[in-house]
Amino acid sequence: MKQSGILMIIGSALLLGLFVFPLWNIQLEAPQYPDPLGMDIYIGGIQGEEEFDIQNIDGVNHYIGMKKIPTPSEMWEFNIFPIVIGIMAALGILLGILGYLKKINVNWFLGWFILMLVLGILGMIDFNTWLINYGTNLDPKAILKLTDAQGNPLSYKPPLFGSQKILNFTAHSYPRGGAYFMLLGMLCVLISWWTAKRVKN
Amino acid sequence: MKRYISLTILGIIGLILQSCGNQDSASKKSGAITSNAAERVYVAPGEHDEYYAFLSGGYSGNLTVYGLPSGRMLKEIPVFSQFPTNGYGYSEETAPMLNTSFGMVPWGDAHHPDISQTNGELDGRWIFINENNTPRIARISLETFETEEIIEIPHSAGNHSSAYVTENSEYIVAGTRFSIPYPQEDMAIDKMKGNFKGPLTFIAINDEGRMNIDFQLDMPGFNYDLSHPGRGDSHGWFFFTTYNTEEAHTMQEVNASQNDKDFIAAINWKKIQQYVKDGGGEEIEAKYAHNVFDHHTQTATSTIEKKVLRVDPRKVEDAVFFMPTPKSPHGCDVDPSGEYIVGNGKLSTNLTVHSFSKMLKAIENKDFDGDAYGIPILNFESTLAGTVKEGGLGPLHTEFDGKGNAYTTFFISSEVVKWNLKTFEVLDRQPSYYSVGHLMIPGGNSRKPFGKYMISLNKITKDRYLPTGPELEHSAQLFDISGDKMELLLDFPTHGEPHYAAGIPAEIIKSKSRKIYRLDENEHKYAAKQESETRMERDGNEVHIYLTTVRSHFSPDNLEGIKVGDKVYFHVTNLEQDFDVPHGFAMIGANTSELLIMPGQTKTIIWEPKREGVWPFYCTDFCSALHQEMQGYIRVSGKNANVPLKWTLDDEEIK
Repeated sequence: MKQSGILMIIGSALLLGLFVFPLWNIQLEAPQYPDPLGMDIYIGGIQGEEEFDIQNIDGVNHYIGMKKIPTPSEMWEFNIFPIVIGIMAALGILLGILGYLKKINVNWFLGWFILMLVLGILGMIDFNTWLINYGTNLDPKAILKLTDAQGNPLSYKPPLFGSQKILNFTAHSYPRGGAYFMLLGMLCVLISWWTAKRVKN
Repeated sequence: MKRYISLTILGIIGLILQSCGNQDSASKKSGAITSNAAERVYVAPGEHDEYYAFLSGGYSGNLTVYGLPSGRMLKEIPVFSQFPTNGYGYSEETAPMLNTSFGMVPWGDAHHPDISQTNGELDGRWIFINENNTPRIARISLETFETEEIIEIPHSAGNHSSAYVTENSEYIVAGTRFSIPYPQEDMAIDKMKGNFKGPLTFIAINDEGRMNIDFQLDMPGFNYDLSHPGRGDSHGWFFFTTYNTEEAHTMQEVNASQNDKDFIAAINWKKIQQYVKDGGGEEIEAKYAHNVFDHHTQTATSTIEKKVLRVDPRKVEDAVFFMPTPKSPHGCDVDPSGEYIVGNGKLSTNLTVHSFSKMLKAIENKDFDGDAYGIPILNFESTLAGTVKEGGLGPLHTEFDGKGNAYTTFFISSEVVKWNLKTFEVLDRQPSYYSVGHLMIPGGNSRKPFGKYMISLNKITKDRYLPTGPELEHSAQLFDISGDKMELLLDFPTHGEPHYAAGIPAEIIKSKSRKIYRLDENEHKYAAKQESETRMERDGNEVHIYLTTVRSHFSPDNLEGIKVGDKVYFHVTNLEQDFDVPHGFAMIGANTSELLIMPGQTKTIIWEPKREGVWPFYCTDFCSALHQEMQGYIRVSGKNANVPLKWTLDDEEIK
């Protein structure tokens, strides 16, 4: 249980990597942009990979009537996510300490893991909803109004995960450092629960 | 058996063909092009060249940028001439760059580019170039590839022996190729002898590159033709070739070619620098423009300076000597070690090579052969390191490969000759097409040449390319000099008349090249940094319009309240912060050029509307798919009309 407690502390603390590294990244590549435009999505806001990338993505997107990339104050998620991650990390570390001191049952670790999993899935659903809105809720006065074969307005939604061609751009959407820290942390927690459980049995 | 016979026959035919080929290369003008020459100059689409080459534009007044080995032209940098392509010399911001003590001079004759050095090696901070006609030196940034500073040289005429940089970029020099009264005065031309002078100017460069005339040497009235700084042991010295030591004032073609020997002037600038620091020299009247472009305000200012420090070389002990050099020497070239000073006697078949160490010894032993106007003349034999015999006819310039070889151009016999610096033996010769002037090896004028390529810059083009009427661009030839023999790889046309050139490995400067100007660093007085700042302001008949551009519209794009007789200033700011997204600006009826505005820049032109009406303006650079839509209208009313100033975008007033 001692070892599991330590692993639980480490695993939860790894969540703090989300405050340093971006969770996700979307790159837009095109013939005119051999150096792709890119945005890093942090839990607290979106930043350009290069200093002026956000401004230039907005510039390109205005042709198809996309909204501007939101600033932290324009999306509640960027205020809530850091708090949620902070609380979860603190809670996990506390559980780890209590586990180390053998004050609690090991199933609390599993409880934390399930809660984190649920929050993570909710986060992904929320992210995808935003992408759909961003890619389809277009300015009716947009300069380029393109439709698909069925005559429906084209969706410019970047993929949640993977690469996809959108007009002259290819969008690449993949997790970045923060996400790996989180996954590794969650894996640590799961292992800590499992090993403690096995020792107990 | 049959097979062997046919193979032998093939072999023999091959040999015959090969020897025919050799004969051809000697006699035919296609030269000794090796079979894989195309491969060696081929830079695949999207790939970059290995070297930058900066070619003087000669009478174009500008500097052109090429890639080597491809010979592709990358850019023309306006320096001494107006350039309507981007508005240089026309825009309010850049017109002061062309100001001189004679007023605005829209043209120049650019000659010798030279890249700044640290410890004798190219550092790629700036490139300098001289102007011969209205004596000036310009400094161009190798981050922005824009002219940042131009300083006029007072009391000079024909600033040809310039713009060469010392090995730590302490000084850059300017000279006088057409000796004149110093200071200028009204006198009979035939009173030249003894009364005309050839001032040599030493311009100090500070850490920011800023140029400042430190002192001017009052030299005898010979024609100072070319120069080079010492390096290594000879660092601290500068060498200038002279001709017309006869001091002929007419028919110089003949009269300046009578003396068997003219001089190379050896100048110990460190001694003179100290002399000046200690308060030596006398301040005299001068009038010269000093023009500086500030990247923060993006505006040039021109200041007229009034004084210059004159130094009599005879008053500084052991500072200036003359080395006799045969046959009206032209190029004055110092090898990478600093030991050899090559005098290219242009009316000769031989090359005279002086030794720096021997020169020092001769000075120490006072081994003099008289003096010229009080300046000691060193004994010819005592400074002579050797002579390159029968190199060709009409040597002009020499460069070095850093491997102990020198390469000299021969104008009259139209060839480049490679020779050994130790033995003075000729190793190879290659024809040039035709009549080569300068040649250039990247870094060939430093302690560390990059001896892979050499280009010859030829004065006569004739039949090298498809004919284009009587007026032809000059031609350059690229040689591979990495082997024992020079190999001609490529012919390429240049722009204007490239005199000298400077080359540098792309790696040294490529990554420092700027992509945009930062809008948040734009301190232009009339910048509008966002659309909400765009406006019109009237002050009497002057109207200032603060305009912005972004893909793909102007703000404002409808303007009213302008009247016939107004002086309208368009201050156009490009709001883009994306690489390679310039916007242009052109106004119908404006008696000036267009503007080409880089991201983050503000530029200004003036328009004086002459007729009532509604007049369009537009973006001249194909900036996006909606480039054609990037236009606006200006309403021009009568002189006494009462139309108020009004500026809108999308029919909304801008606040």
